[in-house]
Amino acid sequence: MTLVQSMPRHRQPRPACAHPAAIRFMHWVWVYAIGCMVFSGWEIYNASPSLPFSFPSWTGLGGWLGGALAWHLSAMWLLVLDGMAYLLYGFLSGHFRRELAVPTPQAFFGDLRSALTFRLGHSIGHYNAVQRLLYLGVICGVVLQVITGLAIWKPVQLGRVVALFGGYPLARNIHLAMMFLIVAFVLVHLALVAIFPRTLVSMLVSRPAEPERRT
Amino acid sequence: MKEARRMPLVGIRDIRTELRRFERRALLRNALSLGGLALLTGCDLSTKSGVDGALESILRFDDKVQAALFSGRLAESYPPRAVTRPFRFNAYYEEWQVRGIPQGWHLEVTGSVSDKAPWTIAALRVLPQVEQITRHICIEGWSQIGRWSGVPLREFLMRIGADLHASYVSFRCFDGYSTSIDMASALHPQTILALDFDGQPLAPEWGAPVRLRIPTKLGFKSAKNLQAIEVTRTYPGGYWENQGYDWFAGV
Repeated sequence: MTLVQSMPRHRQPRPACAHPAAIRFMHWVWVYAIGCMVFSGWEIYNASPSLPFSFPSWTGLGGWLGGALAWHLSAMWLLVLDGMAYLLYGFLSGHFRRELAVPTPQAFFGDLRSALTFRLGHSIGHYNAVQRLLYLGVICGVVLQVITGLAIWKPVQLGRVVALFGGYPLARNIHLAMMFLIVAFVLVHLALVAIFPRTLVSMLVSRPAEPERRT
Repeated sequence: MKEARRMPLVGIRDIRTELRRFERRALLRNALSLGGLALLTGCDLSTKSGVDGALESILRFDDKVQAALFSGRLAESYPPRAVTRPFRFNAYYEEWQVRGIPQGWHLEVTGSVSDKAPWTIAALRVLPQVEQITRHICIEGWSQIGRWSGVPLREFLMRIGADLHASYVSFRCFDGYSTSIDMASALHPQTILALDFDGQPLAPEWGAPVRLRIPTKLGFKSAKNLQAIEVTRTYPGGYWENQGYDWFAGV
């Protein structure tokens, strides 16, 4: 594998550390909040599965339906507050503009090809086109998950929202499907962290951004 | 209870306290799994403090948010062909334990009301009736569409001279169930004392002789087999609410 240093993509001054403290903090709050939401959500789903499967009971959070709902309807505030803080920070600080610009199809497929043939380097503090599309995807996914969640929490008061998702039973299944997409993202994310363990360190403590590398 | 003949040797009433204790313990034990671990540091699991206390206070906050979100908005009405058949039975016990109407049944009225005279079904039938085809949404996530008709609770509360500024309307049932709702939801036009289900007088399994039907709340609020209605300023709780379901339970 030949890694060649290339010029920075943008002229804006980059933050000294790979991930600003605010991002690191919001990341770990999100991990806790989404963990509570997913595992209590599985327990809620198990109370009356709409599809022919249930989640293993030991994975559930809350112990019974009432406990799981208490967790779900509590952790939702943390998830929403953390998510809103992240979106505000992302837009106001220029983080989204600098790091999460929507990639061009050429850049995406180029990086995807490199990734699939194990030729894509990883420099901490920079996102390649595949990462950017995945991160943008999961951000939109979580926003959609919050909206479908509101729809099935308040199908009468938010009747127009639940109608948008094709009515209560369908909205409930969309909420389930979005959960699977978010969990799939987390699994891919964890696999990549396992391949590049130094990325975990950079999300825990301040680490200087590495120069951007290209294959 | 008079019709003890129909009851099993050990009824749900006999073991309810144990059952509740068991469920509470399960709530705590399972709170130890996965995501729960992070919150637990330093919590005393044998008391109501710690995680359970925190979750309960957030649920109280959720109740306030739900009350604020509640508007006069009507639940969606469906055409007759949308009615779910067969309709699913649901209660805190199995269907074979459904109780018949006790002899000499009257609907009792208590609390902050000026006329506490008990009501018969015939008297309720004389009041104005409305019909609705609405979705019954269970807290478990499933839902079904049914057709009910009966007296708007608002109409009934005005007839009995209820204090409409009282916070709660509480329902006690002769099958051992109970629940309560807020006054704003009680006065909603789709909140009815249902006498008929699918064009027929209520059968015992659907809540005979009179049940609450409230499509703006989760299914467990639509109490069946009513015995007494109380208007009160004191939080009355309810069968599931006392075990941890969130009280407002609006949809």
